[in-house]
Amino acid sequence: MNLAAKDIRHNPGRFALTAIGVGMLLMIVMGMGGIYRGIIDDAVLLIDSVDADLWIVQRDTRGPMAEVSRVPRNLVHRALAVPGVESSREFVHHTIQRERNDQPLRIAVLGLSWPTDKGEWIPLVAGRPIAQNHYEMIADKSLGLALGEQLPLGKDIYTVVGLTQNMIGTGGDGVAFFTVADAQAVQFDTPGEAIRLEREARVARGAESETGTLQPLLLERAALPGSELPPLGPPQISAVVVKVLPGADVHEVAETISAWGDVSVFTHKQQQDLVLRGPVEKARKQIGLFRVLLTVIAAIIMALILYTLTLDKIQSIALLKLIGAPNRVILGMILQQAMLLGVFGYGIAWLLGQRLFPLFPRRVIITNQDLVQLAFAVAVISLLASLLGIWKAMQVTPNQALD
Amino acid sequence: MELAIQTKGLTKIYGSGNTEVVAMKDASMDVAVGEVIALLGPSGSGKSTFLTAVGLINPPTSGQVMIGGQLVLDGAVAKTRLRTFRRKHIGFVFQKSNLIPFLSAVENVMVLLELDGYTSRAARKRAMELLDYLGVADRASNLPSMLSGGQQQRVAVARAIANHPNVILADEPTAALDSHRGRQVMELFAKVAHEQGAGVIVVTHDHRALDIFDRIYEMEDGHMTEQQDAGVIAGS
Ligand SMILES: Nc1ncnc2c1ncn2[C@@H]1O[C@H](COP(=O)(O)OP(=O)(O)OP(=O)(O)O)[C@@H](O)[C@H]1O
Ligand SMILES: [Mg+2]
Repeated sequence: MNLAAKDIRHNPGRFALTAIGVGMLLMIVMGMGGIYRGIIDDAVLLIDSVDADLWIVQRDTRGPMAEVSRVPRNLVHRALAVPGVESSREFVHHTIQRERNDQPLRIAVLGLSWPTDKGEWIPLVAGRPIAQNHYEMIADKSLGLALGEQLPLGKDIYTVVGLTQNMIGTGGDGVAFFTVADAQAVQFDTPGEAIRLEREARVARGAESETGTLQPLLLERAALPGSELPPLGPPQISAVVVKVLPGADVHEVAETISAWGDVSVFTHKQQQDLVLRGPVEKARKQIGLFRVLLTVIAAIIMALILYTLTLDKIQSIALLKLIGAPNRVILGMILQQAMLLGVFGYGIAWLLGQRLFPLFPRRVIITNQDLVQLAFAVAVISLLASLLGIWKAMQVTPNQALD
Repeated sequence: MELAIQTKGLTKIYGSGNTEVVAMKDASMDVAVGEVIALLGPSGSGKSTFLTAVGLINPPTSGQVMIGGQLVLDGAVAKTRLRTFRRKHIGFVFQKSNLIPFLSAVENVMVLLELDGYTSRAARKRAMELLDYLGVADRASNLPSMLSGGQQQRVAVARAIANHPNVILADEPTAALDSHRGRQVMELFAKVAHEQGAGVIVVTHDHRALDIFDRIYEMEDGHMTEQQDAGVIAGS
């Protein structure tokens, strides 16, 4: 006869409630692990999606995912000229925060090199890639934008033509793809007044400079749009991404480019590492730590539960000892209950998690490996947690049956 | 004469210094195989102390307990594995809280049998027979909390005799029974003692059933004396 099961049958409601409590706790432990994975996955997702062999970024910066990086637009052509390079594209990336329906809307803006890159590589769940140089965007579902929705950004209105799922930027914000021109229009959107002030300032600066004094006619040109002034270059881009020819040595190409004084070069792997060790490092550590703490707390709570379950059975344990039950019978009863609690708790955690995790604001990724790992952890926790109860049970004397 | 139980100079002292209580002083008793002994005495005289000492669950401060000719307790020192010894050789019925609350009546009897190596099936069969014998078979699947005090006591008796012990110790087993049932239980003990050759000690206040006992001991302030003329008490 299984004493553990009989005891539970005697008071199934309490066991069920306890299991649900433990289950919820374990669900959070599970969720923490999933969030941890999600952060790592999201962080490198964009880098993986872009799928470049090399990233050319502003010299001595760690690239646009980690910090501000600015490179001139013509770097695309310079890179293309390097032997072994198959293609090079502009990469424009920045995060904006706007209001929509009184809710903050954070968008990781990504520029596509129109017309070479229309976003055909982007895994769409609805709609189509970008079909024109302006006013179209592909948005991630997490942004809450609907297909066909019109979103005003800066001076223009953009139409959502395609939807992605789980396209998340390093910071956890949904990604929206624009053409590079639009991405920059959004980024460098300057109000009319600012432009007027800037033109005035140019005139003022020019008037004070030697050239301005010697050639006053030059000052008249200061009021022209920036794009018509040769000394003012076009807006800069974040990076240039390069694909090397099949068979070409990535490191050789990287070496050639890194010899240029104005840029730094990272391989795909290096770029991933930079992001993981950089911006997400602290979040990752924090969640990792939190997860460990939660696991310890779960163990302590389970230990207390099993201890009280044992306290409730002191009389029975004393009686069992009195009629001559060996310790292994009593230990077995407590251990089995601990394990049952662990198993039920784990099952409940899994079931709850299935339903709740998709509702979390950030992606929760539960891998099979993590599930197995947690199962082992729960087994160990159950074992450790039962020690307190077992210790208590060992203190019981048969005499106590008569109290 | 073969002895089922023999105690020599059992003394139990609780506490120390100012709070010292001598619960039992130099209590000696011999119980032959097949003999049924009544233990009488006022409340607090040390009857339960004696019984728990013989039952190997509350070792005496000094003195010896021998069961079946084997020295098992020398003072507080165990001479054998007491728990295993209890399981194999001693059956208990106590004043109260005898049963495991989360097991049904039949399971309370089965648990002892299974501990002793019975298969679940055989244990259930024997347990049911015993409950039937004690007139509580119809309550076999009830939890102790759903049984009357007398029914609980009878289940405890069933468990105490289940694995043919050499020694049965009962502490006021009939307190919760009417005199008829009480007498039945006493007769059952006598039967088990005679048929199985067990030594039985029963603490009782029920003077009406004393004629069943072979001999009568009495405790007073921790001192044990044998009633020489059982008939006098039984008749009084
Ligand atoms: N754990 C204990 N600590 C201190 N004193 C105790 C303890 N157990 C019993 N005593 C004392 O020992 C004495 C004998 O107690 P015992 O329980 O053996 O009496 P009893 O004859 O069984 O009484 P009753 O008929 O009321 O059951 C009493 O004075 C009691 O107060
Ligand atoms: Mg007593």
